[in-house]
Amino acid sequence: MSGLLQGKRLVITGVITDASLGFHVAKVAQEQGAQVVLTGFGRMSLVERIAKRLPNPAPVIELDVTNPEHLEALPGKVREHLDGVDGVLHSIAYGPPSTLGADFLDAPWEDVATAVQVSAYSLKSLAVALLPLMSEGGSVVGMDFDARVAWPAYNWMGVSKAALESVTRYLARDLGPRKVRVNLVAAGPVRTMAAKSIPGFTDLDKMWAERAPLGWDPTDPEPVAKSVCVLLSDWLPATTGSMVWVDGGLHAVGM
Amino acid sequence: MENEEIRTGLAEIVEEVAGVAADDVTVEKSFVDDLDIDSLSMVEIAVQAEDKFGVKIPDDELANLKTVGDAVTYIAANA
Repeated sequence: MSGLLQGKRLVITGVITDASLGFHVAKVAQEQGAQVVLTGFGRMSLVERIAKRLPNPAPVIELDVTNPEHLEALPGKVREHLDGVDGVLHSIAYGPPSTLGADFLDAPWEDVATAVQVSAYSLKSLAVALLPLMSEGGSVVGMDFDARVAWPAYNWMGVSKAALESVTRYLARDLGPRKVRVNLVAAGPVRTMAAKSIPGFTDLDKMWAERAPLGWDPTDPEPVAKSVCVLLSDWLPATTGSMVWVDGGLHAVGM
Repeated sequence: MENEEIRTGLAEIVEEVAGVAADDVTVEKSFVDDLDIDSLSMVEIAVQAEDKFGVKIPDDELANLKTVGDAVTYIAANA
């Protein structure tokens, strides 16, 4: 059977549990014929255990996107498993406690800087690190939460996502000549480990389900995973620097 | 499986993941308050317990497992 991602070689970041969006993207991608390598951060033993739960157990490479040595070693480690890369999922964000769900006015710059570095600058770092393997062009996809407006609790992570949206546009400009597309999926709230760790963020779920024209199920990561896979495929070949909303349509309505 | 056998197996996991001596992992202990285990460690303990005991521990259920005894009872009932 030929799938949407038949023959595609993908590097997928951001898997920590089997609720992670990265896990579901990897699962759908494998079902659609892709070869997948995961990267993990911090709890490698956990990520490796989760990687075995994919339809095809995937290798895991340790990657701290703020560590220059990790970034430098990444292409060589990926090459041990894949002879090139066609797609990359950036599903990485972190903000210290002061930046999320706390008083927006109190977060010190050092904490904000960490949030922006890990959550936005790292898209550039990851894309550049893997560029040597994308000799035939490729697709880089990042995970966004619509940053045009202010949300409850999201605070400096919202500012970091605004930066991520801008980084996406500049990367699209500079990587376009190499036939590398760079896009974001602006997802509605999904109950991942990351989402649950933001105090007050899960309150958005109910409002989202009521207001989104298509409705919204925060316990179902598959719509987001499928949409990421379309961006990783050859079927949006002239799309770059874009945000694709996968939010049940909530962004389109005022009330 | 006997409850004591489950507790012993769980204690080995807790020791490996969180560095808590297995002998301290007794049924009355709270994971968070007594054993000082953070949320990500709890997830890792749950994932290892799933593999070891052949049980599924959904996230919502995990939040209800406050003590070692809660976890042992849940595993005994669902394995």
